[in-house]
Amino acid sequence: MSLFEGRDLLCIRGERVVFEGLSFAIDPGEAVLLTGANGSGKSSLLRLMAGLLRPSGGNLLWKDVAIDSDAHNQRLHYVGHLDAVKPALTVVENLRFWTMLASSAPEDSTAFALSIFGLSRIADVPARMLSAGQKRRLALARLIAIPAPLWLLDEPTIALDAQSVGVLREAILAHLKSGGMAAIATHSELGLPAKRIELGRFAAGAIRGRPE
Amino acid sequence: MNRFFLIIGRELRLAYRQGGDAGLAVAFFVIAAALFPLGVGPEDQLLSRIAAGVVWVTALLAVLLALERLFQADFEDGTLDLLALSPLPLELVVLAKCLANWLLTGAPLLIAAPIIAVLLHMKTEGLVILTASMLLGTPTLSLIGSIGAALTVGARRGGVLLSLLILPLYVPVLIFGVSAVDQSLAGMGGKPELLILGAFLAAALPLAPWAAAAALRQAVE
Repeated sequence: MSLFEGRDLLCIRGERVVFEGLSFAIDPGEAVLLTGANGSGKSSLLRLMAGLLRPSGGNLLWKDVAIDSDAHNQRLHYVGHLDAVKPALTVVENLRFWTMLASSAPEDSTAFALSIFGLSRIADVPARMLSAGQKRRLALARLIAIPAPLWLLDEPTIALDAQSVGVLREAILAHLKSGGMAAIATHSELGLPAKRIELGRFAAGAIRGRPE
Repeated sequence: MNRFFLIIGRELRLAYRQGGDAGLAVAFFVIAAALFPLGVGPEDQLLSRIAAGVVWVTALLAVLLALERLFQADFEDGTLDLLALSPLPLELVVLAKCLANWLLTGAPLLIAAPIIAVLLHMKTEGLVILTASMLLGTPTLSLIGSIGAALTVGARRGGVLLSLLILPLYVPVLIFGVSAVDQSLAGMGGKPELLILGAFLAAALPLAPWAAAAALRQAVE
Protein backbone atom coordinates (compact mmCIF):
# COMPACT_ATOMS: atom_id res chain seq x y z
CA MET A 1 0.00 0.00 0.00
CA SER A 2 1.35 3.39 -0.99
CA LEU A 3 0.33 6.75 0.39
CA PHE A 4 -1.08 8.07 -2.89
CA GLU A 5 -2.24 5.59 -5.46
CA GLY A 6 -4.16 5.43 -8.69
CA ARG A 7 -5.60 2.15 -9.83
CA ASP A 8 -6.67 1.22 -13.31
CA LEU A 9 -7.41 4.79 -14.30
CA LEU A 10 -9.34 5.55 -17.45
CA CYS A 11 -9.30 9.03 -18.91
CA ILE A 12 -11.61 10.06 -21.73
CA ARG A 13 -11.52 13.54 -23.18
CA GLY A 14 -13.82 14.57 -25.97
CA GLU A 15 -14.79 10.98 -26.76
CA ARG A 16 -11.15 10.03 -27.14
CA VAL A 17 -9.48 7.60 -24.78
CA VAL A 18 -6.37 9.40 -23.54
CA PHE A 19 -5.16 6.49 -21.45
CA GLU A 20 -6.65 3.42 -19.88
CA GLY A 21 -5.64 0.86 -17.31
CA LEU A 22 -3.07 3.25 -15.87
CA SER A 23 -1.89 2.69 -12.32
CA PHE A 24 0.63 4.55 -10.23
CA ALA A 25 1.82 4.64 -6.64
CA ILE A 26 3.71 7.39 -4.83
CA ASP A 27 5.21 7.06 -1.37
CA PRO A 28 6.55 9.80 0.91
CA GLY A 29 9.92 11.03 -0.31
CA GLU A 30 9.25 9.82 -3.82
CA ALA A 31 9.00 11.65 -7.10
CA VAL A 32 7.33 10.40 -10.24
CA LEU A 33 8.26 11.73 -13.65
CA LEU A 34 5.56 11.62 -16.28
CA THR A 35 7.06 11.37 -19.71
CA GLY A 36 5.61 10.84 -23.13
CA ALA A 37 4.90 12.57 -26.39
CA ASN A 38 2.72 15.67 -26.72
CA GLY A 39 -0.90 14.75 -26.23
CA SER A 40 -0.10 11.49 -24.48
CA GLY A 41 -2.05 12.57 -21.39
CA LYS A 42 0.58 13.91 -18.98
CA SER A 43 -1.43 17.02 -18.18
CA SER A 44 -4.65 15.02 -17.97
CA LEU A 45 -3.06 12.66 -15.48
CA LEU A 46 -1.85 15.55 -13.34
CA ARG A 47 -5.30 17.18 -13.39
CA LEU A 48 -6.74 13.83 -12.46
CA MET A 49 -4.33 13.58 -9.53
CA ALA A 50 -5.34 17.09 -8.49
CA GLY A 51 -9.01 16.18 -8.57
CA LEU A 52 -9.75 18.83 -11.17
CA LEU A 53 -10.66 16.09 -13.59
CA ARG A 54 -12.71 13.10 -12.60
CA PRO A 55 -11.51 9.71 -13.85
CA SER A 56 -13.96 7.97 -16.17
CA GLY A 57 -12.92 4.72 -14.56
CA GLY A 58 -10.64 3.47 -11.79
CA ASN A 59 -9.88 4.89 -8.37
CA LEU A 60 -7.62 7.43 -6.74
CA LEU A 61 -6.65 6.44 -3.21
CA TRP A 62 -4.96 8.23 -0.34
CA LYS A 63 -3.88 5.84 2.40
CA ASP A 64 -6.09 3.26 0.72
CA VAL A 65 -9.18 5.44 1.04
CA ALA A 66 -10.85 6.96 -2.00
CA ILE A 67 -9.96 10.65 -2.14
CA ASP A 68 -12.44 13.21 -0.98
CA SER A 69 -11.93 16.49 -2.77
CA ASP A 70 -12.01 18.86 0.23
CA ALA A 71 -9.33 17.01 2.15
CA HIS A 72 -7.34 16.32 -0.99
CA ASN A 73 -7.24 20.00 -1.99
CA GLN A 74 -5.51 20.85 1.28
CA ARG A 75 -2.62 18.53 0.69
CA LEU A 76 -1.67 19.32 -2.88
CA HIS A 77 -0.11 22.00 -5.00
CA TYR A 78 -0.97 22.18 -8.65
CA VAL A 79 1.22 24.27 -10.94
CA GLY A 80 -0.18 24.01 -14.43
CA HIS A 81 0.71 25.57 -17.76
CA LEU A 82 -0.90 28.82 -16.71
CA ASP A 83 0.75 30.86 -14.00
CA ALA A 84 -2.39 32.35 -12.39
CA VAL A 85 -0.55 35.65 -12.03
CA LYS A 86 -2.65 38.83 -12.11
CA PRO A 87 -0.83 41.52 -14.08
CA ALA A 88 -2.44 44.36 -12.12
CA LEU A 89 -1.16 43.14 -8.75
CA THR A 90 2.43 43.35 -7.55
CA VAL A 91 4.56 40.25 -7.19
CA VAL A 92 4.16 40.09 -3.43
CA GLU A 93 0.39 40.79 -3.60
CA ASN A 94 -0.03 37.93 -6.04
CA LEU A 95 1.72 35.49 -3.75
CA ARG A 96 0.20 36.81 -0.53
CA PHE A 97 -3.32 36.27 -1.85
CA TRP A 98 -2.71 32.54 -2.18
CA THR A 99 -0.95 32.21 1.17
CA MET A 100 -3.77 34.05 2.93
CA LEU A 101 -6.36 31.96 1.12
CA ALA A 102 -4.61 28.78 2.24
CA SER A 103 -4.01 30.18 5.74
CA SER A 104 -1.92 27.17 6.70
CA ALA A 105 1.09 29.19 5.60
CA PRO A 106 3.43 30.69 8.20
CA GLU A 107 3.55 34.49 8.52
CA ASP A 108 6.86 35.26 6.85
CA SER A 109 6.57 32.53 4.24
CA THR A 110 5.92 34.87 1.31
CA ALA A 111 9.18 36.77 1.81
CA PHE A 112 11.08 33.52 2.17
CA ALA A 113 9.51 31.97 -0.92
CA LEU A 114 10.25 35.08 -2.99
CA SER A 115 13.89 35.06 -1.88
CA ILE A 116 14.28 31.39 -2.82
CA PHE A 117 13.21 32.11 -6.37
CA GLY A 118 15.15 35.37 -6.55
CA LEU A 119 12.08 37.60 -6.69
CA SER A 120 12.71 39.64 -3.52
CA ARG A 121 14.14 42.60 -5.36
CA ILE A 122 11.11 42.92 -7.63
CA ALA A 123 8.53 42.13 -4.93
CA ASP A 124 6.76 45.47 -5.36
CA VAL A 125 6.82 45.53 -9.14
CA PRO A 126 3.44 45.02 -10.87
CA ALA A 127 3.35 41.53 -12.33
CA ARG A 128 2.55 42.90 -15.78
CA MET A 129 6.22 43.97 -16.00
CA LEU A 130 7.50 40.43 -15.43
CA SER A 131 9.04 38.22 -18.09
CA ALA A 132 7.59 34.77 -18.77
CA GLY A 133 10.32 33.15 -16.68
CA GLN A 134 9.74 35.49 -13.76
CA LYS A 135 6.00 34.77 -13.84
CA ARG A 136 6.78 31.07 -13.79
CA ARG A 137 9.05 31.57 -10.77
CA LEU A 138 6.27 33.48 -9.05
CA ALA A 139 3.89 30.57 -9.71
CA LEU A 140 6.50 28.15 -8.34
CA ALA A 141 7.04 30.30 -5.25
CA ARG A 142 3.61 29.15 -4.08
CA LEU A 143 5.17 25.69 -3.54
CA ILE A 144 7.54 27.11 -0.95
CA ALA A 145 5.14 29.61 0.63
CA ILE A 146 2.38 27.12 1.39
CA PRO A 147 3.49 23.75 2.72
CA ALA A 148 1.69 20.79 1.14
CA PRO A 149 2.84 17.18 0.85
CA LEU A 150 1.95 16.56 -2.78
CA TRP A 151 3.37 18.67 -5.60
CA LEU A 152 1.84 18.29 -9.05
CA LEU A 153 3.96 20.13 -11.59
CA ASP A 154 3.09 20.41 -15.25
CA GLU A 155 6.18 21.28 -17.30
CA PRO A 156 7.62 23.37 -14.46
CA THR A 157 10.83 24.23 -16.30
CA ILE A 158 9.20 25.98 -19.25
CA ALA A 159 10.59 29.52 -19.64
CA LEU A 160 13.05 29.03 -16.76
CA ASP A 161 16.75 29.81 -17.17
CA ALA A 162 19.39 27.26 -16.17
CA GLN A 163 19.92 28.82 -12.75
CA SER A 164 16.21 28.77 -11.93
CA VAL A 165 15.94 25.17 -13.03
CA GLY A 166 18.72 24.45 -10.52
CA VAL A 167 16.77 26.28 -7.80
CA LEU A 168 13.62 24.32 -8.65
CA ARG A 169 15.59 21.07 -8.57
CA GLU A 170 16.99 21.91 -5.12
CA ALA A 171 13.50 22.84 -3.91
CA ILE A 172 12.08 19.53 -5.12
CA LEU A 173 14.95 17.58 -3.54
CA ALA A 174 14.46 19.36 -0.21
CA HIS A 175 10.73 18.68 -0.44
CA LEU A 176 11.32 14.97 -1.06
CA LYS A 177 13.87 14.79 1.74
CA SER A 178 11.32 16.11 4.20
CA GLY A 179 8.90 13.36 3.19
CA GLY A 180 7.06 15.17 0.42
CA MET A 181 5.85 13.70 -2.84
CA ALA A 182 5.97 15.04 -6.35
CA ALA A 183 4.55 14.15 -9.74
CA ILE A 184 6.21 16.06 -12.53
CA ALA A 185 5.34 16.10 -16.20
CA THR A 186 8.45 17.06 -18.09
CA HIS A 187 10.37 16.81 -21.33
CA SER A 188 13.67 17.92 -19.83
CA GLU A 189 15.82 15.88 -17.49
CA LEU A 190 15.70 17.35 -14.01
CA GLY A 191 18.28 14.93 -12.65
CA LEU A 192 15.99 13.72 -9.92
CA PRO A 193 15.96 10.26 -8.42
CA ALA A 194 12.51 9.36 -9.64
CA LYS A 195 10.23 6.64 -10.85
CA ARG A 196 8.93 7.07 -14.35
CA ILE A 197 5.51 6.72 -15.84
CA GLU A 198 5.77 6.49 -19.58
CA LEU A 199 2.56 7.70 -21.15
CA GLY A 200 1.68 7.16 -24.75
CA ARG A 201 1.98 3.39 -24.65
CA PHE A 202 -1.73 3.59 -24.16
CA ALA A 203 -2.27 5.79 -27.16
CA ALA A 204 -2.82 2.72 -29.31
CA GLY A 205 -6.00 2.11 -27.35
CA ALA A 206 -7.31 5.42 -28.52
CA ILE A 207 -7.96 4.33 -32.07
CA ARG A 208 -8.63 0.70 -31.32
CA GLY A 209 -11.86 -0.52 -32.88
CA ARG A 210 -12.07 2.39 -35.23
CA PRO A 211 -11.43 1.47 -38.84
CA GLU A 212 -9.13 3.94 -40.52
CA MET B 1 -15.14 34.08 6.53
CA ASN B 2 -11.82 35.91 6.24
CA ARG B 3 -11.20 34.09 2.99
CA PHE B 4 -14.55 35.28 1.67
CA PHE B 5 -13.60 38.91 2.26
CA LEU B 6 -10.12 38.24 0.94
CA ILE B 7 -11.64 37.42 -2.45
CA ILE B 8 -13.93 40.45 -2.39
CA GLY B 9 -10.95 42.65 -1.49
CA ARG B 10 -8.90 41.22 -4.31
CA GLU B 11 -11.68 41.75 -6.86
CA LEU B 12 -12.12 45.36 -5.79
CA ARG B 13 -8.40 45.97 -5.87
CA LEU B 14 -8.10 44.45 -9.33
CA ALA B 15 -10.97 46.59 -10.58
CA TYR B 16 -9.43 49.69 -9.04
CA ARG B 17 -6.00 49.00 -10.53
CA GLN B 18 -7.34 48.18 -13.95
CA GLY B 19 -9.71 51.13 -13.90
CA GLY B 20 -12.46 51.61 -16.44
CA ASP B 21 -14.30 48.34 -16.04
CA ALA B 22 -16.44 49.44 -13.13
CA GLY B 23 -17.31 52.87 -14.48
CA LEU B 24 -18.15 51.38 -17.85
CA ALA B 25 -21.45 49.86 -16.78
CA VAL B 26 -22.70 53.10 -15.25
CA ALA B 27 -21.57 55.11 -18.25
CA PHE B 28 -23.44 52.70 -20.50
CA PHE B 29 -26.51 53.02 -18.31
CA VAL B 30 -26.49 56.82 -18.44
CA ILE B 31 -25.89 57.04 -22.18
CA ALA B 32 -28.42 54.35 -23.12
CA ALA B 33 -31.11 55.95 -20.94
CA ALA B 34 -30.30 59.39 -22.35
CA LEU B 35 -31.02 58.07 -25.84
CA PHE B 36 -34.71 57.54 -25.08
CA PRO B 37 -35.75 61.21 -24.97
CA LEU B 38 -33.98 61.62 -28.29
CA GLY B 39 -35.76 58.63 -29.74
CA VAL B 40 -39.33 59.10 -28.50
CA GLY B 41 -39.31 62.90 -28.25
CA PRO B 42 -39.09 65.22 -25.24
CA GLU B 43 -42.77 65.07 -24.31
CA ASP B 44 -43.11 65.17 -20.48
CA GLN B 45 -46.18 62.96 -20.29
CA LEU B 46 -44.81 60.21 -22.46
CA LEU B 47 -41.38 60.19 -20.80
CA SER B 48 -42.72 60.08 -17.27
CA ARG B 49 -44.94 57.16 -18.25
CA ILE B 50 -42.04 55.09 -19.60
CA ALA B 51 -39.38 56.32 -17.12
CA ALA B 52 -39.50 53.31 -14.78
CA GLY B 53 -39.33 50.86 -17.65
CA VAL B 54 -36.45 52.67 -19.35
CA VAL B 55 -34.43 52.85 -16.14
CA TRP B 56 -34.99 49.18 -15.40
CA VAL B 57 -34.29 47.88 -18.89
CA THR B 58 -31.10 49.88 -19.31
CA ALA B 59 -29.92 48.94 -15.80
CA LEU B 60 -30.49 45.31 -16.66
CA LEU B 61 -28.41 45.61 -19.81
CA ALA B 62 -25.68 47.48 -17.95
CA VAL B 63 -25.45 44.68 -15.37
CA LEU B 64 -25.23 42.14 -18.17
CA LEU B 65 -22.40 44.07 -19.77
CA ALA B 66 -20.27 43.82 -16.64
CA LEU B 67 -21.01 40.13 -16.10
CA GLU B 68 -19.26 38.87 -19.20
CA ARG B 69 -15.82 39.10 -17.64
CA LEU B 70 -16.90 37.76 -14.25
CA PHE B 71 -15.02 34.47 -14.58
CA GLN B 72 -13.39 34.85 -17.98
CA ALA B 73 -10.10 36.43 -16.87
CA ASP B 74 -9.68 33.89 -14.07
CA PHE B 75 -10.36 31.08 -16.49
CA GLU B 76 -7.84 32.33 -19.02
CA ASP B 77 -4.93 32.84 -16.62
CA GLY B 78 -5.38 29.63 -14.62
CA THR B 79 -6.65 31.31 -11.46
CA LEU B 80 -9.90 29.37 -11.70
CA ASP B 81 -8.05 26.04 -11.36
CA LEU B 82 -6.41 27.22 -8.18
CA LEU B 83 -9.64 28.68 -6.80
CA ALA B 84 -11.32 25.32 -7.44
CA LEU B 85 -8.54 23.71 -5.36
CA SER B 86 -8.66 26.33 -2.59
CA PRO B 87 -10.02 25.57 0.87
CA LEU B 88 -12.90 28.00 0.30
CA PRO B 89 -15.83 26.15 -1.32
CA LEU B 90 -16.30 27.22 -4.93
CA GLU B 91 -19.89 28.27 -4.10
CA LEU B 92 -18.56 30.89 -1.70
CA VAL B 93 -15.95 32.00 -4.22
CA VAL B 94 -18.80 32.63 -6.67
CA LEU B 95 -20.84 34.47 -4.04
CA ALA B 96 -17.84 36.66 -3.18
CA LYS B 97 -17.28 37.47 -6.82
CA CYS B 98 -20.98 38.30 -7.31
CA LEU B 99 -20.92 40.60 -4.31
CA ALA B 100 -17.81 42.36 -5.59
CA ASN B 101 -19.43 42.62 -9.03
CA TRP B 102 -22.54 44.16 -7.47
CA LEU B 103 -20.49 46.65 -5.46
CA LEU B 104 -18.76 47.70 -8.68
CA THR B 105 -21.80 47.88 -10.97
CA GLY B 106 -25.10 47.51 -9.10
CA ALA B 107 -24.30 49.96 -6.33
CA PRO B 108 -23.24 52.80 -8.67
CA LEU B 109 -26.44 52.15 -10.66
CA LEU B 110 -28.46 52.82 -7.50
CA ILE B 111 -26.97 56.29 -7.37
CA ALA B 112 -27.36 56.97 -11.09
CA ALA B 113 -30.91 55.61 -11.38
CA PRO B 114 -32.78 58.39 -9.52
CA ILE B 115 -30.86 61.01 -11.48
CA ILE B 116 -31.79 59.41 -14.78
CA ALA B 117 -35.38 59.03 -13.54
CA VAL B 118 -35.58 62.76 -12.83
CA LEU B 119 -34.17 63.40 -16.27
CA LEU B 120 -37.05 61.35 -17.67
CA HIS B 121 -39.59 63.37 -15.67
CA MET B 122 -40.52 60.63 -13.26
CA LYS B 123 -42.67 62.03 -10.46
CA THR B 124 -40.62 62.53 -7.30
CA GLU B 125 -42.88 60.18 -5.30
CA GLY B 126 -41.56 57.34 -7.43
CA LEU B 127 -37.85 57.92 -6.82
CA VAL B 128 -37.61 56.31 -3.41
CA ILE B 129 -39.43 53.18 -4.45
CA LEU B 130 -37.42 53.01 -7.67
CA THR B 131 -34.20 53.02 -5.66
CA ALA B 132 -35.64 50.47 -3.23
CA SER B 133 -36.70 48.16 -6.04
CA MET B 134 -33.26 48.42 -7.61
CA LEU B 135 -31.57 47.81 -4.28
CA LEU B 136 -33.43 44.50 -4.07
CA GLY B 137 -33.36 43.73 -7.79
CA THR B 138 -29.81 44.41 -8.96
CA PRO B 139 -28.10 41.88 -6.62
CA THR B 140 -30.51 39.29 -8.01
CA LEU B 141 -29.44 40.27 -11.52
CA SER B 142 -25.75 39.80 -10.61
CA LEU B 143 -26.47 36.43 -9.01
CA ILE B 144 -28.57 35.05 -11.87
CA GLY B 145 -26.03 36.40 -14.33
CA SER B 146 -23.22 34.53 -12.60
CA ILE B 147 -24.84 31.26 -13.71
CA GLY B 148 -24.72 32.40 -17.32
CA ALA B 149 -21.17 33.71 -16.95
CA ALA B 150 -20.08 30.36 -15.52
CA LEU B 151 -21.81 28.40 -18.27
CA THR B 152 -20.28 30.46 -21.06
CA VAL B 153 -16.78 30.67 -19.59
CA GLY B 154 -14.29 29.62 -22.22
CA ALA B 155 -16.85 29.83 -25.01
CA ARG B 156 -16.11 31.98 -28.02
CA ARG B 157 -18.58 34.85 -28.38
CA GLY B 158 -19.51 34.15 -24.78
CA GLY B 159 -21.01 37.60 -24.39
CA VAL B 160 -23.75 37.08 -26.97
CA LEU B 161 -24.51 33.62 -25.64
CA LEU B 162 -24.65 35.02 -22.13
CA SER B 163 -27.30 37.56 -23.17
CA LEU B 164 -29.41 34.89 -24.85
CA LEU B 165 -29.23 32.64 -21.80
CA ILE B 166 -29.74 35.21 -19.12
CA LEU B 167 -32.09 37.90 -20.45
CA PRO B 168 -35.17 35.61 -20.33
CA LEU B 169 -34.35 34.86 -16.70
CA TYR B 170 -34.27 38.57 -15.94
CA VAL B 171 -37.90 39.04 -17.01
CA PRO B 172 -39.52 38.44 -13.58
CA VAL B 173 -37.21 40.92 -11.88
CA LEU B 174 -37.94 43.46 -14.60
CA ILE B 175 -41.70 43.02 -14.34
CA PHE B 176 -41.87 43.39 -10.58
CA GLY B 177 -39.26 46.12 -10.50
CA VAL B 178 -41.22 48.28 -12.92
CA SER B 179 -44.61 47.49 -11.45
CA ALA B 180 -43.39 48.42 -7.96
CA VAL B 181 -42.79 51.93 -9.24
CA ASP B 182 -46.00 52.06 -11.26
CA GLN B 183 -48.13 50.86 -8.37
CA SER B 184 -46.55 53.37 -6.06
CA LEU B 185 -47.15 56.22 -8.50
CA ALA B 186 -50.78 55.06 -8.80
CA GLY B 187 -51.03 55.46 -5.03
CA MET B 188 -51.03 51.78 -4.12
CA GLY B 189 -47.71 51.62 -2.31
CA GLY B 190 -45.97 48.92 -4.28
CA LYS B 191 -45.04 46.99 -1.16
CA PRO B 192 -46.10 43.55 -2.46
CA GLU B 193 -43.85 43.96 -5.48
CA LEU B 194 -40.93 44.86 -3.27
CA LEU B 195 -41.60 41.80 -1.14
CA ILE B 196 -41.57 39.62 -4.25
CA LEU B 197 -38.25 41.18 -5.36
CA GLY B 198 -36.95 40.38 -1.88
CA ALA B 199 -38.11 36.82 -2.30
CA PHE B 200 -36.28 36.56 -5.63
CA LEU B 201 -33.12 37.75 -3.93
CA ALA B 202 -33.56 35.34 -1.03
CA ALA B 203 -33.93 32.46 -3.49
CA ALA B 204 -31.06 33.53 -5.74
CA LEU B 205 -28.57 33.95 -2.87
CA PRO B 206 -28.13 30.24 -2.20
CA LEU B 207 -29.24 28.80 -5.55
CA ALA B 208 -27.26 30.89 -8.05
CA PRO B 209 -23.79 30.31 -6.49
CA TRP B 210 -24.58 26.63 -6.24
CA ALA B 211 -25.49 26.38 -9.92
CA ALA B 212 -22.62 28.62 -11.06
CA ALA B 213 -20.08 26.62 -9.05
CA ALA B 214 -21.32 23.41 -10.68
CA ALA B 215 -20.88 25.01 -14.11
CA LEU B 216 -17.37 26.20 -13.20
CA ARG B 217 -16.35 22.72 -12.08
CA GLN B 218 -17.43 21.53 -15.48
CA ALA B 219 -15.41 24.31 -17.11
CA VAL B 220 -12.13 23.44 -15.37
CA GLU B 221 -12.41 19.75 -16.25
